[in-house]
Amino acid sequence: MLYVAIATRGFRRYSTYRAATLAGIFTNCVFGVIYSYAYLALWEQRPDAGGYDATDAVTYVWIGQALLMTVALWGGGTTDDLAERIRTGDVAIDLYRPVGLVPWYLAADLGRAAYHFLTRGLAPTVVGFFVFDIVLPGSATATLAFLVSLVLAVVTSFAIRFLVASSAFWLLDQSGVKMLSGLAAMFLSGMVLPLVIFPEPLRSIAFALPWASYLQTPADIWLGKRVGLDLLAGLGLQGLWIVLLVAVCQVVVSAATRKVVVQGG
Amino acid sequence: MGEVLAVVREAPRQYARIARLWVRSSLAYRASFVMLTLASLLLTFLDFVGLALMLHLIGDLDGFALWEIALLYGASGIGIGVADLLIGSVEQIGQHIRSGTLDAMMVRPVPLIVQVCADRFAIRRLGRITQAVAVFAWAAWSVDWTPSKVVVALLMVVSASAIFFALFVTFSCIQFWTQDASEFANAFTYGGNTMTQYPLSIFPSEVLKSLTFVIPVAFANWYPCLYLLDREDPFGMPEWFAVAPPFVAALMCVVAVLAWRTGVRRYTSTGS
Repeated sequence: MLYVAIATRGFRRYSTYRAATLAGIFTNCVFGVIYSYAYLALWEQRPDAGGYDATDAVTYVWIGQALLMTVALWGGGTTDDLAERIRTGDVAIDLYRPVGLVPWYLAADLGRAAYHFLTRGLAPTVVGFFVFDIVLPGSATATLAFLVSLVLAVVTSFAIRFLVASSAFWLLDQSGVKMLSGLAAMFLSGMVLPLVIFPEPLRSIAFALPWASYLQTPADIWLGKRVGLDLLAGLGLQGLWIVLLVAVCQVVVSAATRKVVVQGG
Repeated sequence: MGEVLAVVREAPRQYARIARLWVRSSLAYRASFVMLTLASLLLTFLDFVGLALMLHLIGDLDGFALWEIALLYGASGIGIGVADLLIGSVEQIGQHIRSGTLDAMMVRPVPLIVQVCADRFAIRRLGRITQAVAVFAWAAWSVDWTPSKVVVALLMVVSASAIFFALFVTFSCIQFWTQDASEFANAFTYGGNTMTQYPLSIFPSEVLKSLTFVIPVAFANWYPCLYLLDREDPFGMPEWFAVAPPFVAALMCVVAVLAWRTGVRRYTSTGS
């Protein structure tokens, strides 16, 4: 129950900034339009690139704009608070709490993600649907699987952002690591260009990395490119990365805790 | 008149003094500084890698080869890069209003716009400009240069910076009305940059017309580049548009100044 309460506060906190949300939706839509025309030009010249048709490609663009904030692709979210608290030393208070550092910030971040999904996720999708005729998931299974995959994407992204924020325990300032991590996420999630049209072996490598979880995997489920065993394999890989990354988070927290104790004298 | 001139003459020195402080401050976290500079260099480079992968797949985009797109990309990138380095911090105006630091700036004997623009001056943004210059230089190698093309190219680069400069200021002024809508400006600044990385012929003619007559970002690279590439305008716009950028840029800067003055005059502090 505690975690639900934390998540609810996370949701409410982000819902305070209405103008920011509207401005963000507008920006997502502008970029959606730009990339839609770029991809339409590409798919007109190569109608079957990456196993997508033109409609799939445009749908992919709008899913990307919808997930950009939901998975906090560029970083940010509650882990930014953590990094700031590490820099100021307030994190010592967090460590005193009878709740683990990872679940506490994860719960808050899931609340944030829910808010961003309902606003900055749904609104551009509606615009894309009416302006560019994007396709919707073909079945109830696909819709459900997409939502599961999306939650896994948020947790994966959280774990990576948590590690980035934790770098502040050693560097004091996370901004450099955060930006480099954001770059990797941008390119390897398929936000710059869908991973399906990457040349081999880059394509296979990108598919195996955790960032594929952010956009390519959920999008493929939405588009019906992953069904049956392939679908389960996709979700399985997402889960596997989460287990691995969260384990690393825990190791880092315990290493950092010792360091904080040292700092405190 | 003499007073105004004195203020304008003083401004660059004051700007430089504030900027120098921020450079020293950013060097305090050295690891972050190195990584941020590297990231700034890579940031837009990945956009170019995306374009190159696209072109690798299809050979040309709407008849434009990779080097021709590189020319568009480089010109637009230099424009927004220079504007972002010099005055990108104007985006933070909403935060200054919210936290009340704008009040403190207003009582200092340095023009407000100089303080806001020099605030958090980030030398690492040179990384982005370097990368755009490199791509532009690579593309320029293939251009069939003539003296008049050199003039058009020089005017283009300077005007592109001024056009993005005006876009940053004009759309940041919205924050005088709604403090947390800073992202709205991104649609025009970074959106304009992303759009002009592509040959504008991939967009419908309505989009091109709005980019010519409403938010004239097409003058930042598209029209001059068509001239540099010896191409006919696919939308049949007049050829003299190639030399229009300085005038468009000047007009946009006037709009930006007006927007800024209106915003500042309207500003009444947060009061708390």
